[in-house]
Amino acid sequence: MLSDKTIEEVEALKRRYPDPRGAILPSLYIAQREFGWLSPEAFEAVSIVLGVPKAHLRGVASFYAMYRHKPVGRHLIQLCTNVSCMIFGAEDLVSLLKNRYGAEVGGTSPDGRFSLVIMECIGACEAAPAMLVNEDFHNNLTENNITEILEKYK
Amino acid sequence: MQQYRAHLMLCGGTGCIASESLKVKEALSAEIKKRGLENEVNVVFTGCNGFCAEGPIMTVYPEGIFYERLTEKDIPFLVEEHLLKGRPVERLMYKEPEKRHAVPAMKDIPFFNLQVLRVLRNKGLIDPEKIEEYIARDGYMGAAKAFTEMTPAEIVTVVKDSGLRGRGGAGFPTGLKWELAGRVSSDTKYMLCNGDEGDPGAFMDRSVMEADPHSVIEGMIIGARAIGANKGVIYVRAEYPLAVQRLNLAIEQAHEAGLLGEDILGTGFNFDLSIYLGAGAFVCGEETALMRSIEGKRGMPIPRPPFPAQKGLWGKPSVLNNVETLAQIAPIILHGSDWYRSLGTEKSSGTKVFALTGAISNVGLVEVPMGIPLRTIINDIGGGVKGARKKGGRTFKAVQMGGPSGGCIPESLLDTPVTYEDIVQTGAIIGSGGMVVMDDSNCMVSMARFFLEFTADESCGKCPPCRIGTKVMLDMLNDITEGNGKESDIETLQDLCGDIISTSLCGLGQTAPNPVLTTIKYFREEYESHIKDKWCKAGVCRSLCTFIVDEKVCTGCGACQRACTQGAVTGEKKKPHEINQELCIQCRACYDACKFGSINIGPAAMREGLLKDTPAVSV
Repeated sequence: MLSDKTIEEVEALKRRYPDPRGAILPSLYIAQREFGWLSPEAFEAVSIVLGVPKAHLRGVASFYAMYRHKPVGRHLIQLCTNVSCMIFGAEDLVSLLKNRYGAEVGGTSPDGRFSLVIMECIGACEAAPAMLVNEDFHNNLTENNITEILEKYK
Repeated sequence: MQQYRAHLMLCGGTGCIASESLKVKEALSAEIKKRGLENEVNVVFTGCNGFCAEGPIMTVYPEGIFYERLTEKDIPFLVEEHLLKGRPVERLMYKEPEKRHAVPAMKDIPFFNLQVLRVLRNKGLIDPEKIEEYIARDGYMGAAKAFTEMTPAEIVTVVKDSGLRGRGGAGFPTGLKWELAGRVSSDTKYMLCNGDEGDPGAFMDRSVMEADPHSVIEGMIIGARAIGANKGVIYVRAEYPLAVQRLNLAIEQAHEAGLLGEDILGTGFNFDLSIYLGAGAFVCGEETALMRSIEGKRGMPIPRPPFPAQKGLWGKPSVLNNVETLAQIAPIILHGSDWYRSLGTEKSSGTKVFALTGAISNVGLVEVPMGIPLRTIINDIGGGVKGARKKGGRTFKAVQMGGPSGGCIPESLLDTPVTYEDIVQTGAIIGSGGMVVMDDSNCMVSMARFFLEFTADESCGKCPPCRIGTKVMLDMLNDITEGNGKESDIETLQDLCGDIISTSLCGLGQTAPNPVLTTIKYFREEYESHIKDKWCKAGVCRSLCTFIVDEKVCTGCGACQRACTQGAVTGEKKKPHEINQELCIQCRACYDACKFGSINIGPAAMREGLLKDTPAVSV
């Protein structure tokens, strides 16, 4: 279940909009923060507070790329492979993450340390390739410095 | 107020923060304190300066000395030399690319001096987290004028007369949009901001939201007054955490200053503004899809009419403007429509911000008057293709404009003036302003394939032409790049493109074929050599190339041998090297590593021939 504080947060969102459905996207983020991913319990909890059917919530959540439909590792790597990053070798980084950490695209490394998600352009083209690790931006990535950067995330 | 003898404007944009400008900031503060200069020298952490390629960047005023690529180790020396002894540090200055001599003043660097800053008027000059600094640069003066000296109709007229067109991509006249929504009467109207920047290679909106969030809010307040909206929402990508944080702070500050909320500037006008986070769907940049997203639905576009100006968010009249459009508003109100029109052309007035990326020397954000030739942006401001000056260096091939809705413009059209009406003639569009430069090492068929992969993936799935059409085109392009293309493919692709353009519901589908059409139009021979000769001359499509060493050119430096991860390159030092075709995986590492241009790319058949000639090695 959601904590009391979180329920209050979702209730406040619900009041902001002319229809409780306006609170769906932010509420799903909140539930994802609390549960780590959008587990069946997460949908259940949001559904109860907002009074919106779970089916509708799932329908909405599955449309957007930033909701997690399975548990993620301790750190979430969101790597951009879009055009500017691709020109500067982002695809090689994808192979490196797979070979070195065993993190497949859309999957998690066997030790549960990293989950890898491929992002569409994250607007960091000025210093491509780029990635977000959790909420930290890293750019000018190379096969050498990416492992160095990831060392900081245990 | 504290008076300082020097101001250090250190860039705190995402680019510079990622290259560790926070550490530089800490080192600066510590060193200034150590030297007892805290009452003489002020450090300002500014928004994005734009010259991201050279970050972290710092400009020292009053002299206007520009420093680049700073590290914390440089700081003690810099503080001692420049701030104590008055000797600017040449080593840390920008270097002119030809002769590598230092250019001390920011105003003398071509990247900066060909630009005209209107949207980016405050870049590198203010701390985006302080409303006072925005106000000190005429911030909220436009709003004050609009609220106290103008009627809503007058505001609309000025914006209409300025000729400002939507900077998000479609280029619809902003004033007209406001006029339509202003005419409708309703108890509630919405003023919305589109910060769902998603075009690959575009980051101007992110930069504006991060570097000057108040300029967006001011534009929204003025728009709200013009159309009579009491509610506003800024829809931002969740992928931009710094922009979200700074916008939230700016909204809070504007509230405290009486510029948002109830009774704005004592005029009795109320405007409630909040932020809504997107969740990673490109199509939500389309206006009707964005509104559905805020309503808690799947972000799918709906047919127009009714237009959002009549029936938009929650069924109420709504205006949605792009971040950059809104940042243009306050100066237009303040200085008038004639001032705005003094730059640009009849149909494309004012300035436009472009994001220069890809194979170009000066990567970054640039703002230029509309109507200047593409060549000026790429060669003079952008410094030309990266690595073009080296022997056997790269050459310009194309510039991609408008992301997945745009197209690739070849060298022969670089004198095209940058205006909505001229760029569209090339088959590309201005779009949101991404300019991705490609050199001769890029394969244009792969590029088209890449954009189709993007649109096929981002298609919301509602209308069949887009959902199925993009997928069919993608399959065909995959076949071509994998060596399974058929001679009729080019014509079939062109046919399909026409159908998708004319029958898709929203802008995403209607423009998705543009990358394919423009690459066929300008680089048809590349398609033909992929299909007929099974040859990707750029060496990108792995199954369509053979890498061989030109023995006459090879110096035997061994760079290719070191780059090869497969152990396929062999040879003695100072003697021509050789590539074992059996081990080669066509990754192109040797080609990229060679400084002498001695690796040639042949067709797939060449490799098969070579393999046949070599007796199989038994292990």
